[in-house]
Amino acid sequence: MNTATGNGGNAEPIITIKGLNKWYGAHHVLQDIDLTVSPGEKIVVCGPSGSGKSTLIRCINRLESHQQGTIIVDGTELTEDLKSIDEVRQDVGMVFQHFNLFPHLTILDNLTLAPIWVRKTPKADATEEAMHYLERVKIPEQASKYPGQLSGGQQQRVAIARALCMNPKIMLFDEPTSALDPEMISEVLDVMVELAHDGMTMLVVTHEMGFASQVADCVVFMDEGKIIECSEPGKVDAFFKGPRNERTKKFFGQILHHI
Amino acid sequence: MPAPVLRHPTLHWLQRNLFSSWLNTFLTLLGVLLLWQLLPPAFEWAVVNATFSGSDSDSCKYIDEHGEKVDAPGACWTFVKIRWPQFLFGLWYTRNFDQAWRPVLAFILALAIITMLMLPFITPKRRYHIAVWALLLYPFMAYALLNGAWLGLPEAKTADWGGLTLTLVLASLGIIAAFPLGVCLALARRSRMPIVKTYAVLWIEMFRGMPLITLLFIASVMLPYFFPAGTEIDKVVRAIIAITIFQSAYTAEAIRGGLSAVPRGQYEAAEALGFGFWKSTLLITLPQALKISIPAIVNSFIQLFKDTSLVLIIGLLELLNVIQVAARSSQWKGYEAEGYIFAATLFFVFCYSMSLYSRGLEQRLDTSLAARRAQQD
Repeated sequence: MNTATGNGGNAEPIITIKGLNKWYGAHHVLQDIDLTVSPGEKIVVCGPSGSGKSTLIRCINRLESHQQGTIIVDGTELTEDLKSIDEVRQDVGMVFQHFNLFPHLTILDNLTLAPIWVRKTPKADATEEAMHYLERVKIPEQASKYPGQLSGGQQQRVAIARALCMNPKIMLFDEPTSALDPEMISEVLDVMVELAHDGMTMLVVTHEMGFASQVADCVVFMDEGKIIECSEPGKVDAFFKGPRNERTKKFFGQILHHI
Repeated sequence: MPAPVLRHPTLHWLQRNLFSSWLNTFLTLLGVLLLWQLLPPAFEWAVVNATFSGSDSDSCKYIDEHGEKVDAPGACWTFVKIRWPQFLFGLWYTRNFDQAWRPVLAFILALAIITMLMLPFITPKRRYHIAVWALLLYPFMAYALLNGAWLGLPEAKTADWGGLTLTLVLASLGIIAAFPLGVCLALARRSRMPIVKTYAVLWIEMFRGMPLITLLFIASVMLPYFFPAGTEIDKVVRAIIAITIFQSAYTAEAIRGGLSAVPRGQYEAAEALGFGFWKSTLLITLPQALKISIPAIVNSFIQLFKDTSLVLIIGLLELLNVIQVAARSSQWKGYEAEGYIFAATLFFVFCYSMSLYSRGLEQRLDTSLAARRAQQD
């Protein structure tokens, strides 16, 4: 039951997590997590706060290290080896709750910094690509401004563009809309929906159930560090209406009630 | 709708800021009374009754009705007027006053570089180039100018440097050398490598826990032991080494404060994009940390500038000490106050300039301020 496999599972998985365990001191934050993600699959992770959902996706680009189990991302296993971690990070884009744009750089420099210094892309190419992604998130006119001059929704769209500039194979979203004012949520979700339609592999921690039912191949419900229940492939709406587990039922009852 | 206009802005300001309550009124009157008591006598001493002319201390004295020489009631600025070359350039350049253009030129060069760094139309990239080249070349140019001994310029050994010139040499070299050292120490102290971290902690805590005067003593007495026998280490170099070591500990702590103030999300975003430690530090976290720590760093620089006076202890005569020596000479005995006021004024001018420069720098680097300005446009 703890395994999520989507899209028929015929493609080689791009992320394989097996028997993942993680502790913060004595606190057991992730317990026996198994999860496989196929290329192009979109997975939404939800659950009450403190359920370990953010920690789980932060393990995938090793912002958090794990103590037990294996995580294999695009053929590379995540270990203490710094070189392999840097390789994985270049292929895994991440979008944070609080955007984390670099405040001392212009929007354009935020986008080109990693391609130029990490990927060694020539500056002109990096700039061209950055402008392409800024157009995709619909704010090319803000290129020369600083992050502090943009609204929250605009900043988050820049953050998505910044991650895309590294041409990642996987995108991780850690509660991308929960720090936003309500009227800005949809502009960010629109960008994410478009990205999903382009076939990006996405892992999204969010409570935006509308977004989940629109794009997710699979919804994972977590509580107390465990995966409690996964939707069956392609049956996200049915999952919202009739989860089997009591805790899932209660959680969905609480958040769907307010929609 | 425009804001309502106050009937009398000045009166309103007075009422709100000076007489808003009984306590405030009392403090205002007390302040006025104090100024009334202090300013007129000070003005009388410093300006009205002061002597500005003459060529020796006799111009500041007069013969009273008993036929005795007594001091005039005002300040004797003649002291400063006659002795200023010594205060600014030290004894050697006073004796060889035709060479005084050398320290003056060195100073003008420094001013020119600083001005170029402040000009608004110079792009950040060009500014960076100027700063790097200036840091690499200026110390040698200044040394060549001050020391001479080339192109037929008479040699002024470092031991002959003095006055304000020496103060500026010690402070600027101390600051320039301590800054990169401080950055390294701050990064080392935050390192996860235990040995690197221990060294940094030991260095910082040891030299911060020592008075500069002790360090200067140590540098002048013990430094020769660390070098091969017979090596003569220049007194000024010793002073600079001591000052640099001392200052690096303070700079390091200021920068460490800045590094901890950079939000965790910045480090994480850098990591997530695949930046390694050095690139993430140099491109992302350190620039932000330095911006945050500008006030603390400049504070320690100002402190250092004033602390240079302690080099008296190893026999160097910088601005304050050279004035003290002059005021002890038989001719100018009793005119210390004038000399000290002159020294204080010069110290203030330099320290306040540093303060203003740092404020300007902070404003220029404040991207959220740029945001506010842009919104007003």
